[in-house]
Amino acid sequence: MSIDKKIVADLVANDVGFVTTVPCKQLAGVIDAIDKSPDILHVPSNKEDEGMGLCAGAFMGGTRPAIIMQNTAIGVTINTLVTLTQYYRMPLPMLISYRGELGEPVACQVEMAVHTKALLAQLNIPTYHFHHEDDAKELDAILKHTFMCNKPVAILTDATFWKGY
Amino acid sequence: MIRSEVLKEIAPVISDQLVVCNIGIPSQELHMIDDQPSNFYMLGTMGLASSIGFGLAMVQNKKVIAIDGDGSVLTNLGTLPTIANNKADNFILLIIDNGSYGSTGDQPTYAGMNTSLTEVARACGCENVVECDAADTKKELEKALAGSQKTIIVCKCESGNVKVPVITMDPVVIRDRFMKQVSAS
Repeated sequence: MSIDKKIVADLVANDVGFVTTVPCKQLAGVIDAIDKSPDILHVPSNKEDEGMGLCAGAFMGGTRPAIIMQNTAIGVTINTLVTLTQYYRMPLPMLISYRGELGEPVACQVEMAVHTKALLAQLNIPTYHFHHEDDAKELDAILKHTFMCNKPVAILTDATFWKGY
Repeated sequence: MIRSEVLKEIAPVISDQLVVCNIGIPSQELHMIDDQPSNFYMLGTMGLASSIGFGLAMVQNKKVIAIDGDGSVLTNLGTLPTIANNKADNFILLIIDNGSYGSTGDQPTYAGMNTSLTEVARACGCENVVECDAADTKKELEKALAGSQKTIIVCKCESGNVKVPVITMDPVVIRDRFMKQVSAS
C-alpha cells in the first residue's frame, strides 16, 4: 500500500469523515487520495484558520475532522488553535508538511521550520515527527490518542519521509 | 434599528434553531435576549462564525444559522467562496451589516463604505443572496427557514450597542449543551 493510501486508510479506520486541506506539493498525493475517498467529505479551505473553523463545526455535528496543511500555517492559526480548538476542547489531527527541513530547496521555508516545534511546544500541542516511512506506523495510535484527549495534535512530515521534493 | 433590536426581533424565529453566533457583543446580546442551549457562542476567534456554522451544516441535516457581522466576514473573506462551492442547503448566513466594528468601539468597516458584501458574496458564486433593511430581517429569515436553499442574508442596520454583560459560561459547557441539541432527535 502506498503511504498516501495508508494515511487515508488510517483516517477512515478512525472514523475521520471530514477533512479540510490547504494545498502542499508534498501532500498532494494524500490530498488526492482523500478527495477520491467515498468515506471522507473533502472541503478545501482558503486559509488554515478558516479550515479549523470548518473542522470545529464538523466535530460539533458529530463527524470527526482532520486538517492537512503546511507548517507555515502554525503562524497563521495560533489564535484559532488557542481560542477555539483548545478553549472549547475539540480534537483536531493536523497532518502537516514540515517544509524547511533537510533537502529543502527554498531557503525561506527554513525560516518557519526553525520556529515550528518551538511554537507547538509553547502551545502544549502534542507533536509527532515522521522522518522515516516506518514512522507512519504510529498514525493509527496518534489518531486514537487525539480523539481520546480532545486536543489538537500535530503530525509533522518532512522531506525525508516523503523521499524528497 | 441597531443590531440588538434586530436580534430581539428575530429571537422567537431562531430560538429552536441551531445558531452559531459571532464573537463579542453579538453573542453577549443574544445570550442576554434569549439564551438557548442551541446557541453556540463564540468567545474568541474573530471571523470564524460562518466557517463553524458551515462545517456543522455540511455534516448533518438540521438547519444552521450563522449570525455574523460585516467586520467579521471581512476578516475571513475566504469563507464566501467555500460556502459558494460546497453543498449545504440547510445553511443560512445572516450578516448583520452595521458598517462598523461594534465590539471595539464602532470603528467604520469598508462594508460601510465602498464595499458591498452582497455583491462580494454574489461574485464569489453564492446563488441565493438577499440584502434587506433591518426591519425586514425577520421576514427574510422566516422565508429562508421555510425554504430548502442555502441562503445569505445581508441585513443593513445602524451601528450601536446596548450595555450587556460578558458571557461567563465555560466554553466546554457551551459546546457540550450545543452538541446535545445537534444530536437530539
